[in-house]
Amino acid sequence: MVAFLVRRTIGAILVLVAVTFFVFVIFIVVPGGDPAERIAGKNATPQNVENIRHDWGFDRPFYVQYYKMMEKMATGSLVSYTSQQNVVQQIEQGMPATFSLSIGAGVIWLFFGILVGVISAVSAGKFSDRAITVLALVGVSLPIFWLGIVTRYYLAEGGWTSFFPDGEYVPLTDNPAQWFFHLILPWAVLAVGFIGFYGRVLRGNVLDTSNEDYVRTAKAKGLPPNRIMRKHVLRLSLIPIITLFGLDFASVLGGGAILTETVFDLHGVGQYAAQSINNFDLPPIMGVTLYGASFIVVFTVLVDLLYAFLDPRIRPT
Amino acid sequence: MAQQATEGEFTLDTAAVLAAGEPPSAIQGRSPWYLAWRRMRRNYVAFFFLGLFILICVACLLAPVYAKHVAGTGPNNGHPLEQIRVNGVLETVLSPGGYLDKHGKQCPSAFTDPSCHLVSSIPIAPTWFGAGGRFVLGADANGRDVAVRLLYGGRTSLFIGIVSSLICTFFAVILALLAAYYGGWGDFAITRFFDLMYAFPVILLGIALGSALAINGFHHWGINVQSGSIWIPTLVISYVLVAYVGRPLRGQVLSLRQKEFIEASIAQGASPFRVMFIELLPNIMSSVLVFFTLIIATNILLESSLSFLGAGVQPPTASWGTQIADGQDLIVTRPWLSLAPGIMIVLTVVALNVFGDGLRDALDPRAKVRVQR
Repeated sequence: MVAFLVRRTIGAILVLVAVTFFVFVIFIVVPGGDPAERIAGKNATPQNVENIRHDWGFDRPFYVQYYKMMEKMATGSLVSYTSQQNVVQQIEQGMPATFSLSIGAGVIWLFFGILVGVISAVSAGKFSDRAITVLALVGVSLPIFWLGIVTRYYLAEGGWTSFFPDGEYVPLTDNPAQWFFHLILPWAVLAVGFIGFYGRVLRGNVLDTSNEDYVRTAKAKGLPPNRIMRKHVLRLSLIPIITLFGLDFASVLGGGAILTETVFDLHGVGQYAAQSINNFDLPPIMGVTLYGASFIVVFTVLVDLLYAFLDPRIRPT
Repeated sequence: MAQQATEGEFTLDTAAVLAAGEPPSAIQGRSPWYLAWRRMRRNYVAFFFLGLFILICVACLLAPVYAKHVAGTGPNNGHPLEQIRVNGVLETVLSPGGYLDKHGKQCPSAFTDPSCHLVSSIPIAPTWFGAGGRFVLGADANGRDVAVRLLYGGRTSLFIGIVSSLICTFFAVILALLAAYYGGWGDFAITRFFDLMYAFPVILLGIALGSALAINGFHHWGINVQSGSIWIPTLVISYVLVAYVGRPLRGQVLSLRQKEFIEASIAQGASPFRVMFIELLPNIMSSVLVFFTLIIATNILLESSLSFLGAGVQPPTASWGTQIADGQDLIVTRPWLSLAPGIMIVLTVVALNVFGDGLRDALDPRAKVRVQR
């Protein structure tokens, strides 16, 4: 167990270093994004640009630049090229919105995903199964930003169907009721695709597991169908769902809900990333990527541990 | 998991393959592909959606015909000041904006006349064939025909979806075969590469690469891609998703690699190339086919997301994603500008998903345990 954790931690750190290096290389290899000219502004003289280039260290070899950037990142003094704001602080400012969005949406999509999957597996082949399958496939196929724009227009921007407030994030500590009210639409929009996908996966898993010998034994013992489903079938069928959920949830927490955050103007980490990318601003992109990747890496390890706990046949390796 | 069927036993698989009243000889000695086809052909829903997808493809391929003979304009031609007759009423494509007085005339001076209001210019509403095929779905903010752009945008989106799916599946198959066949350091390097790609949120990596390349294009290693080219989103999308196809395929090849027929073929002196592409590849071909179909759907969605964020297809080229982004500002007055491309994306992606699902049910041997009776 200890060996497992040590090995995984070393692996995780290596992956994070590789991720940052990879992002760095993207922005070094691609020409045209000279940060010195961006910092200097429009009316800068060549001498100004040259000074900035020297002061910020853009004339150094790229591995020195990479090392300096990582050093600043570690000490929390990384500063944006365009707005000169501290990147770590900006990410911290975006985290409440991103966390509120992800946790709420995660609860919704896990609950309804399991519900949809179980209902359609129990009624496999019947009309309700087919109807749910079609709905789930439509849910998976909706472009999330388009769904966001359309729901925002029809349900939040005036007109008689406008039941919800329009966009923006209200901090939980300011006004819990408004926080909840403002997040209903973003939660729903973010969750729809996941519900469809999880429902489909779980349906297949439940049907596969139902054919196992031990389930037949449970039936033969005369256990009630409800108990077989809860204690015997779901216990095994939910394991792959947990892997999926761990990774998806980590990605959303790490700023992966860029589209939802942008469409509903929540000012989360994802939206910050999108804005920085449009400005071609390397430090924030670096910060957000590292932030997002560390969530994914940590959750991958957590999922592996949970896996071993849920299915004792599997040992963490 | 699924029980191994012994010879001559009647399994659920046989039941799914044989129609009522058919003799068992109908499936004896047939190839797996034929059996899959027998399972597939009764799935009318899947074929209906395949038909829908082909219909959308044909409609988009015929975009130049529509543009020339029905709409009479190109995808990038704006007609902001043109006046057209809609059901006998003369209308301007882009209503005049700026400071207007009560009669809709331009105010000579906005500040002296109190009846002047600032009015934004609004494109023409959908004419629904009231104008002889012109501006069927209205015009966008630049006075371009939305219906024409919708079809041309479909060409772009479908091209990116299909081509990036081809490239992505091709490289994923090669990497999976190399990793699983050779094992050792090669496998280690390739799986670490997959791990690295998994550690990025897909969209974040997509927009980072897409917007980085959108500025000056890509000019390295003998590859020259210009900055507004639709090859940039195509390559970015195929690159971003390689790991998501490659990792499951590698797992499959890895288990096949242990089988006796591979050992036998190596013992007979087959070259690595032969083992990989003649022995192993046909055995994962059904998964590859399913992945290919479903990845097209994912790629079309990803393309639209990237284009919406400005990191995919660059203006003025039309694509469904850029059209939604363009129409976003006018959603209150002209909702069809963003509704129409969105509906096209949903139809295309649903069609591909349902068909891919049917394909998987038919090709996946485990499909026998899917439906319980």
